[in-house]
Amino acid sequence: MTDTAALQSKTPSNATATAAKLAAGDDSEGMSYLESLPRRLITLYLPLGIILLVLLFPFYWMGLTSIKPDEQLIDMEKYNPFWVVHPTFKHISKLLFETQYPRWLWNTMYVAVGATTLSIFASVLAAYAIVRLRFKGADTVGVLIFFAYLVPPSILFIPLASVIQAYGLFDSPLSLILVYPTLLIPFSTWLLMGYFKTIPFELEECALIDGASRWQILVKIVVPLAVPGLISAFIFSFTLCWNEFIYALTFLQSTPNKTVPVAIVNEFVDGDIYKWGSLMAGALVGSLPLVILYAFFVEHYVSAMTGAVKE
Amino acid sequence: MSTIQTSMPPGAAMGEPSAWARLKTNRNFVALWFMLPAAAFLILFLAYPLGLGVWMSFTDEKIGRSGVFVGLENYEWLWDDAIFWLSVFNTLLYTIVASAIKFAIGLYLALLLNRHMPFKAMIRAIVLIPFIVPTVLSAIAFWWIYDAQFSIISWSLIKLGLISQNINFLGDTSWARASVIIANIWRGVPFVAITLLAGLQTVSPSLYEAATLDGATSWQRFRYITYPLLTPIIAVVMTFSVLFTFTDFQLIWALTRGGPVNATHLMATLSYQRGIISGRLGEGAAIATAMIPFLMAAIAISWFGMQRRKWQQGSDQ
Repeated sequence: MTDTAALQSKTPSNATATAAKLAAGDDSEGMSYLESLPRRLITLYLPLGIILLVLLFPFYWMGLTSIKPDEQLIDMEKYNPFWVVHPTFKHISKLLFETQYPRWLWNTMYVAVGATTLSIFASVLAAYAIVRLRFKGADTVGVLIFFAYLVPPSILFIPLASVIQAYGLFDSPLSLILVYPTLLIPFSTWLLMGYFKTIPFELEECALIDGASRWQILVKIVVPLAVPGLISAFIFSFTLCWNEFIYALTFLQSTPNKTVPVAIVNEFVDGDIYKWGSLMAGALVGSLPLVILYAFFVEHYVSAMTGAVKE
Repeated sequence: MSTIQTSMPPGAAMGEPSAWARLKTNRNFVALWFMLPAAAFLILFLAYPLGLGVWMSFTDEKIGRSGVFVGLENYEWLWDDAIFWLSVFNTLLYTIVASAIKFAIGLYLALLLNRHMPFKAMIRAIVLIPFIVPTVLSAIAFWWIYDAQFSIISWSLIKLGLISQNINFLGDTSWARASVIIANIWRGVPFVAITLLAGLQTVSPSLYEAATLDGATSWQRFRYITYPLLTPIIAVVMTFSVLFTFTDFQLIWALTRGGPVNATHLMATLSYQRGIISGRLGEGAAIATAMIPFLMAAIAISWFGMQRRKWQQGSDQ
């Protein structure tokens, strides 16, 4: 932010030089508190309202469809499609009790928790080593990890399928637990490096003088101080796992082993005109755990997303 | 940043430590163990498959049968394949149009969210929801919104008297392209907006106050204060946005699976179809490998853009 400081030091002289000009023309626009309400209505609330409406409409539609009785779904003349007259929980109960949906939900959760835990463990160690141990080539490793973040799954899934086949992990959720860390470690390491840099290293020096080992320093000093960063990394990684599709689609074949996104796309598409209710209920129930988690940790989530980009 | 001296200097007052004690406190040795788990994952499941993928693109490997080296045959085959070139065109169209609109709307939304208003924190939290919800699940919602028979958009437009019959959103080639691009924009705007907002918040309000005192219009304030200070973060955000859009798979697969008549096939979906569904792993790997030069070009452009920016800023001082 050196340029900001430079600009700030320049501005006072400019301000005095043009103060006269400002006094002459009083119609120049003031800061936000000077804006009139109608103006704010047009330039701020109206566009913001439209954008929010568009962003949220698919969720409203998802929720509405999942509680609509079938006859209202297909008869758009008799019933107003934007509302529901006699809501029903038929679709949701059908989803939970007549399909393997709970099983898919469990698979997704199992894979997400497993892969996230492994990744955070590996990332904490790697980030600490890169930032604080300053081993030979630490900067190069940091850059390599950043580039690993840029390698997309869609160019890796074919060779990975044959690797997974060779290890005998095909059609097993374990394959996803082992593969997802490649998406999560680069991101979490990069994020945690930022957090670890902010911890004063005098703390570590004290511990070293007192005879603590590197492992003790990490566990007893650095990790407790980086808890917000760990939560951010955990939430974001968990969301990424839940969202991942192409690996899960490629590696998992049998119906009971699938994760929610894959199962939704493959198992419900049977040409049934009445499928939409359960399909939307499935999408809604699959999204809810993440939205609830997000609602509790908004700040951590945002700092994870922006922190990784800012570095 | 200064480093911490971990090992005692040799011949210190305490006497010579044993070789093991010295090794235990050697930074490089300790770091090796600390790096091991992450390195194992990244080498086994990222670096090795990346190399293997390039190798597979030079073989005729099929599912259940190991391949032999065939040189550039897969690429020669793709070179004459109209569907492959169509997928390249689709991918570029999808990436360029979607990224440009995501940037424009995202920046606009970020500027709106940066202003003072009631319930600011809550509105910002709500904006990010499309990004939280798994893409496939929101794509399913779009699938229903785009339904040929029961589309709510068609219904609304008919009721408003703008069209006379249902639009076949995912069945007509141009509509299908537009529909998937719109769904992608819907999903990507929150990411762009929230990350740019984080950049905007670092811009000191006193700059705007000073500029306003100097008589700057709102466009001038944006052009000469906001935009220059935001350029680095714009470059990073747009690089990510372009990379993720270019390699997109799940949205297309959930909505159209590449149809109608391959009009929405991206390179990633074509690679999946040829590699996994048809079982021609070699050809699928060749399509995936063909994406690498595009990705590297995108990264290089933003990298050099940022270098140039740094150089310009440096020369000012």
